[in-house]
Amino acid sequence: MSLLDDGWAFGAEFADPLASLDTSIPDGVDGALLAAYALGLADDALVAAQRMTWWCSRAPELELDLAWANVALDLLGQARPLLVRAATAEPALVPALPAGSPIPAEDALAFFREPAGFRNHRLVEGADADFAQAVVRLLLLSTTRLAVFERLRHSRDQVLAGVAAKGVPELAYHRDLAAQWFLVLAGGTEESRRRTVAAVAALWPLHVEALETHAVEVAAARAGVGADPADVREQVAAVLGPLLETAGVVPPPSGRARPAATGRDGAHTAEFAPLLDEMQSVARAHPMGRW
Amino acid sequence: MSVSAVTTHAERRQAAWLVAAAVPDPELPMLTLADLGVLRAVEVAADGAVEVVLTPTWSGCPALATMRDDVVRRVDEAGLGPVRVLVELLPAWSSDDISPQGRRALAEHGVSPPRPGARRTGPVPLSLGRHRAVSCPRCDGAAETLSAWGPTPCTSLHRCGECGEPFQHIKEVG
Repeated sequence: MSLLDDGWAFGAEFADPLASLDTSIPDGVDGALLAAYALGLADDALVAAQRMTWWCSRAPELELDLAWANVALDLLGQARPLLVRAATAEPALVPALPAGSPIPAEDALAFFREPAGFRNHRLVEGADADFAQAVVRLLLLSTTRLAVFERLRHSRDQVLAGVAAKGVPELAYHRDLAAQWFLVLAGGTEESRRRTVAAVAALWPLHVEALETHAVEVAAARAGVGADPADVREQVAAVLGPLLETAGVVPPPSGRARPAATGRDGAHTAEFAPLLDEMQSVARAHPMGRW
Repeated sequence: MSVSAVTTHAERRQAAWLVAAAVPDPELPMLTLADLGVLRAVEVAADGAVEVVLTPTWSGCPALATMRDDVVRRVDEAGLGPVRVLVELLPAWSSDDISPQGRRALAEHGVSPPRPGARRTGPVPLSLGRHRAVSCPRCDGAAETLSAWGPTPCTSLHRCGECGEPFQHIKEVG
């Protein structure tokens, strides 16, 4: 079956290599819970990747243009098997498409869910006000995700464990990139420092929110398939604390009351729907997956 | 190899392994899939199909689909089909899985191979760029890093301080 003969609209991977992954569900684990947990991790990566690609052709220098595109590609690569995991553990999550549509569940989840169906942290969905904010956002995302993935390597679910094992060294590169540029910008000109301090102030509350415990994550951790963000707070602080201290940047006090609903509940910021509109428009124009 | 030359399952499996192992990597054609360490197993399934098990390198690497298509085409062309490719994630691929022959082939083609010992299990410390130095694949001179991110996720860019030649280095992951 060739790509051209079929007029496949969603890119070159007509027969998805991930379709052959072993997606059996571990004994005694609730499929709906496993799916809900995987979806949060998938959406964090998918939405962050979509946001990061905005920097393609706009980054301050060529190295960063390449770096941001590569990091986005890594995250997209992490999102895909996680979406497959969610769809196979709980098929009811996958949006219904017209009868006979060949669009795989992975794409249906990415392109045919409404904003309220996404479970990503609000940290990853905002547009970057400037490059300092892009650096701080990546630093916070990669540090937390790396700590979570280090635990997920031991998940009883083989897809989550596999994604995590591959993701750990990738996220370590992402964190290194962000941490180096954080120090450069914080110690650079008066202007770069001002912007870096402002980015930490703006994003810190969303970082705290991403480390809040959510019922799905607690249950997934208890079932031996997931990690509770509360359990990685210390590890995250042990990385970020010395880094911020070296940069001479003080995070704002985390006194803000926890919002009633977060991104993990499907509550998103006003910036999120326009982001999805752009990401989903081509797929939604072709629900049969063909031109 | 023709179909008639292959009689038993074991012979077909062995023949298919040799064909799949020799498929070149789509991005680094000096390496075979066996050299790269992504070919995990070849079996003959109950329905008679040859099953080739591959593992991806980097999560987002688009080369996986091309590898899959190339394996299917070559095994088919060798008269050993039907064939299908399965993907497994565990154990995760590491740059340590590149064979000694693969490392030599990379260096001979001016690409700096990843250093061994990448695989680790504990928490990853923040390195802040203090990676071990990369040396030139041509003259072994000490090299500077031009960019930790090359044209693909798996590569970084360097320039030799001795001969001045720029080159790619395959990053360590494990």
